[in-house]
Amino acid sequence: MLNCKQATALMSQGLDKKLSTPQQLGLKFHLMMCSGCRNFSRQMAFLRQGCRQFPSQHD
Amino acid sequence: MSRNPYNTIPGNCYTVKMEDLPATSNNLDDDLASMRRDMLKFARLQLRDEAAAEDVVQEAMAAALGGQKQFANRSKLKTWVFAILKNKIVDIIREHARAPTAAVQDEIPEDAYDDLFDERGHWLDDTAPTGWGDPEHSFSSRQFWQVFEICLTRLPENTARIFMMREMLGLETGEICKELDISETNCWVVLHRARMGLRLCLDERWFNSENLA
Repeated sequence: MLNCKQATALMSQGLDKKLSTPQQLGLKFHLMMCSGCRNFSRQMAFLRQGCRQFPSQHD
Repeated sequence: MSRNPYNTIPGNCYTVKMEDLPATSNNLDDDLASMRRDMLKFARLQLRDEAAAEDVVQEAMAAALGGQKQFANRSKLKTWVFAILKNKIVDIIREHARAPTAAVQDEIPEDAYDDLFDERGHWLDDTAPTGWGDPEHSFSSRQFWQVFEICLTRLPENTARIFMMREMLGLETGEICKELDISETNCWVVLHRARMGLRLCLDERWFNSENLA
């Protein structure tokens, strides 16, 4: 069973490479039960979007 | 503000087809000026040195424009200019970091975020991430982008550089690590810590602060 610390590391890694099937399943299972990590996951996606838009934001 | 409201994803040259976006300017000078602004913003954060940023952008623009005729459209030119810029920045980072592996990996210590979790590795009651509502709404706020920049700047230098190469230029970790001569595992560790730091910073300074309108 994954804990939140491991789940966050996996979510981050998932942004940089394809996770293995056991990793994906473990993560899915953890996210079903953990609202903190679900929020974390959504926030990671938001960070990525923000970074892509950042250079064109002129003061 | 950018003159072209659609011109918002310059770093992401590898996946976004700029030619699919509506063109609002037919003027090459305007395009180049806006491209230059985007690059400067990126280079400034990467190098944290105004003069060096100006120089590197100047060189990249000159190198790219030397071959201007080859470009069928301006999105290709932009991709090319950013690729040159990236290479120049990588060279500068290499010159500055004699032992990048040790330096980069320890910038944010391994135990930096241990406080967020209990001994079993679960979020504590007051550290579990709470929802950010509809965070994309913040993209239209000028103050939000100022906070975003502050948070990026607060990351340690090399950590921020690797993070930006990954997230703003959209480079693969394999490519970044090879260029900087660090292992891919170290690269993931650095990126993860950068994301943890940036998330916490935005959480504290924006999403859970009174700045949020």
